[in-house]
Amino acid sequence: MAARPMDHEMDIITRDLLNMTTLVEETILNAIKSLKEKDSEMARNIIDDDEKIDMLEDEIKDKCLKFLATQQPLAGDLRKLVSIMQMIRDLERIGDHCEDIAKYTLRFENEEYMKELIDIPRMADMASKMVKNAIDSFVNRDLRLARRVWKADEEVDELFRNIYDELMGIVDRDPMKANQSVMFLFIASHLERIADYATNICEETVFAIEGGYDMEIKNGN
Amino acid sequence: METKFEIEKLNLYYGSFQALQDIDMNIYSNRITALIGPSGCGKSTFLRTLNRMNDLIRGVTIEGTVKFDGEDIYGNFYDIIKLRKKVGMVFQKPNPFPKTIYENIVYGPKIHGEKNKTVLDNIVERTLKEVAMWEEVKDRLQKPALGLSGGQQQRLCIARCLAVEPEVILMDEPTSALDPVATSKIEGLLEELAEKYTIVIVTHNMQQAGRVSDYTSFFLNGKVIETDKTEVIFSNPANKKTEEYITGRFG
Repeated sequence: MAARPMDHEMDIITRDLLNMTTLVEETILNAIKSLKEKDSEMARNIIDDDEKIDMLEDEIKDKCLKFLATQQPLAGDLRKLVSIMQMIRDLERIGDHCEDIAKYTLRFENEEYMKELIDIPRMADMASKMVKNAIDSFVNRDLRLARRVWKADEEVDELFRNIYDELMGIVDRDPMKANQSVMFLFIASHLERIADYATNICEETVFAIEGGYDMEIKNGN
Repeated sequence: METKFEIEKLNLYYGSFQALQDIDMNIYSNRITALIGPSGCGKSTFLRTLNRMNDLIRGVTIEGTVKFDGEDIYGNFYDIIKLRKKVGMVFQKPNPFPKTIYENIVYGPKIHGEKNKTVLDNIVERTLKEVAMWEEVKDRLQKPALGLSGGQQQRLCIARCLAVEPEVILMDEPTSALDPVATSKIEGLLEELAEKYTIVIVTHNMQQAGRVSDYTSFFLNGKVIETDKTEVIFSNPANKKTEEYITGRFG
């Protein structure tokens, strides 16, 4: 069957979504790398580059708007486009969380960390993979992957609880470390929110394909 | 919600060709029902079964029942004149009579025996107001209807249809020959008309079906594939064929 004119336009928007995802994924990893390695320059770059993510969101939103106006998509096409518009918003918010993490890195600029960071980078790794896999599930129409990533949020939540318990334990034992503990808790909280946005993307994927929000894995999907 | 038409096991043949197959459908009072589907799928044929317009075509055989307010219109003793008065029709191309605006509207009531000038004047004013045309033409009612623009002609045809006080208006692609402004006026009108009348509209314009109708029925190869609330059909249809058609993947 011949491609419809809207297929070409949709391919362009999908490609832009992938580019935005790659940038956001890198930003999450760099935000934690700069935190772990106390790399202030990298942290400043993340803060400056947040504008790039915002601009990408605006560009894609603009293309979506033109697509709606000129192609007037319906049913599956309409759901796909509405999902993309929601996803770019989620990705932009993830960028904002990374910017906040980078700001904490700069606050620690002239301070030694009270301990080596292990769980927070692990959490960042999980969250960034969730974001990538969530978008991949959408692009490849992979319902099983979308639902698996959605479920994986429980692991991130559990890790967040462990980090919370550990940091509160530190504060109990040594109140002088309260300031850093609270900062790390905020950072972990940002990562937890990033993972939540990844689950939003998974829900949008399921909505785009099935028209509903049933996230339970069934019949192999 | 009252049911205006109850269609059961409707089959229609043009000679040996079966144009409609086992149609089961309800059409609800004071709602707008859109019929969509590719050319030749049977939607216009179906529309014409609702006021027995197919009776005029030679070689047509019809089976099944079409109940209008609970009574089978294909029953032996059904009064077709009464049916056509209650179920009016508007066609694709505006087709006013080559008479004045006034004469176009009073044509139906006169045939049904109305002679009183005041009554006829009132019908003209009422129906032209119902189609939002009264202010535009009240000073030129005695001018030829064919001098009106395409959009005005189509609204006049709707007014002419309303003049005999129907309960149902059947519309076969009523805006396909009109520009976007005239189309928009007719679409705006439909919503108001649905407060008093039941409307069934055949359209090839998916966006129009989405904009104006409450229910949408998708026809394919003489069969009804899916009927549902319009918002469901255009956002999340249950049938894959419906999805493929409305997204332009075939048809």
